[in-house]
Amino acid sequence: MSLAELICPAGTPAALRTAVDAGADAVYCGFQDATNARNFPGLNFTPDELAEAVTYAHARGTKVLLALNTYPPAGKVDLWRHAADTGARLGVDAFIVADMGVADYIARTYPGIRLHLSVQAAASSPEAIRYYCENFGVKRVVLPRILTIPEIRQLRREIPCEIETFIFGNHGLMVEGRCSLTNYLTGQSTNMDGVCSPASDVEYVRDADGSMSSQLAGFTIDRFGVDEKAGYPTICKGRYAAPHRPEGYYAFEEPISLNLSRLLPELIEAGVHAFKIEGRQRSKSYVRGVVRAFRAAVDDIKAGREANIADLIALTEGQKQTQGAFETKKWR
Amino acid sequence: MAVNTMTKLTLGPIAYHWSADARRDYYARIADEAPVDEVYLGEVICSKRAPFHEADLPATIERLERAGKTVILSTLAEVMLKRERKATEDLAAMDTPEIEVNNAAGLYARGKRPHRIGPFMNAYNDATIAWMAGQGATHVCLPAEMPAPAIAAAAQAAVALGLGVEVQVYGRASLAVSARCYHARAHGRTKDNCQFVCEEDPDGMPLRTRDDRPIMRVNGIQTLSESYVDLLPEAARLIADGVTHLRLMPQAVDMVAVAQVFRDALDGRVPTGEADARLATLSGHAGLSNGFYHGTAGYRRIAAAAPA
Repeated sequence: MSLAELICPAGTPAALRTAVDAGADAVYCGFQDATNARNFPGLNFTPDELAEAVTYAHARGTKVLLALNTYPPAGKVDLWRHAADTGARLGVDAFIVADMGVADYIARTYPGIRLHLSVQAAASSPEAIRYYCENFGVKRVVLPRILTIPEIRQLRREIPCEIETFIFGNHGLMVEGRCSLTNYLTGQSTNMDGVCSPASDVEYVRDADGSMSSQLAGFTIDRFGVDEKAGYPTICKGRYAAPHRPEGYYAFEEPISLNLSRLLPELIEAGVHAFKIEGRQRSKSYVRGVVRAFRAAVDDIKAGREANIADLIALTEGQKQTQGAFETKKWR
Repeated sequence: MAVNTMTKLTLGPIAYHWSADARRDYYARIADEAPVDEVYLGEVICSKRAPFHEADLPATIERLERAGKTVILSTLAEVMLKRERKATEDLAAMDTPEIEVNNAAGLYARGKRPHRIGPFMNAYNDATIAWMAGQGATHVCLPAEMPAPAIAAAAQAAVALGLGVEVQVYGRASLAVSARCYHARAHGRTKDNCQFVCEEDPDGMPLRTRDDRPIMRVNGIQTLSESYVDLLPEAARLIADGVTHLRLMPQAVDMVAVAQVFRDALDGRVPTGEADARLATLSGHAGLSNGFYHGTAGYRRIAAAAPA
């Protein structure tokens, strides 16, 4: 059986301590700048905060993974190198990277520190994953959320590194690391700036008929009737009109959460080494609830007991859930 | 514009599902009439489409090469399924023509043999370009969303390493790819039973916001910009910054005429302003944009600064 490590989000020092206390095997976090893909206001760590966080986590047997998983534009690579230097000095357990230049720098400069390949690298075939393993010594790949469990099982046999999969949280639709939708509408880049549908560009506008438009940079991403709850204008979760769908429809995906709690036993059996919970932007209490529930479920499964899935389902009560691509190819 | 007769004009791979007939006619005209130096061929977006036109590839390559064009075969941007892995490996095994790699699976298969880096490879910076050059890359096409200062810095690094540097200067920008087919979804189907409905939209399926503003285009698993990128007014600056190749992405407009406009402007035969006005006419209803280049929202059109 695989290790089934639980990898938990730490958007703030408080969330990190919460995740550690709730039973995370590892936490992942980033600095307060463009070097990570959750470069949101009020999130992430100063170097001093990361130093304290590493001490706190290590004292409790929890690993700290540092996300350096954006793509530096030419002329700014030093920001990523300095972030890697700082992380290495503070004793992080692994770097999560996507850019080949960043991976190459860390592999040469800090050969003793593990490299994990971020989902932002979009490595979805054995050959692509082997490329990063053989060239940069990558020890683990975070898989894009596009593979079925049989495909993951097959992939496991063809690659020389560990597999980490997302199991809970935001359900990204586009291939990560290949999406410029936000930059097209707002001028801030997901790949280069770590920004996705940024709150600074969001506006909710009440229309004359009482309906609500949720807008990003002045574009109506969705419009809600008086009895509907207005959702956040994430571009790939919006409703648009197409020639065959003049009424407007979720062209890409509904606002929906990934929840693979029912599939945990199968994922473990397929050889997945680590389960990732998305949500560095989420509250402390959310992190506490989700991490505790998944800790209990994973421990139960590893001990051969039936996991109490009901607790995990309850976590997203009121919100739509999906098993996404993991369950069936029909998702595609 | 200063005369830039050395700058190469290229034609990117067709992103859409044009029929085999349409492709044959299109490439025959390109071979005979279009002043482009290099042509990228092959299916980059959806592996299901390839069987419709790959049988024509040898004849198309021959036709274009006879017309003096350099031909490059582009690999798939997304590689997951067996047939996609096989297609990528087969291309990577070829000695001629050159290949352009759009997925790390292609890099793996190619090893250190010479290849070009495609726009889906995320070559955003000097460190990555240096790494790629060390692995056999001879040429790099930068991502469409890069702003001017990063293009200049990347181009400088690439040129110093002896690489060709390419930037898309015309056509819709690729904004995203997905494992899900959004064309099939719009028609209540899935990717496996899509019935190739994407063929209905040779310039992409338009999405409009619910207050009726055009916003994006769907092309199978790909999402594209609603506007056509137009960096003709910026071409002189790109070239001064080290860019060696300017890429035109095929759209459902008169691409021979589009190529002619660019060539005339590059060779100094037509003033930039006049050339750009012609381009707007040729582009029909599509809005033109250069926001990415100017470091702002990609859809925006930033007016050229007055000549110094």
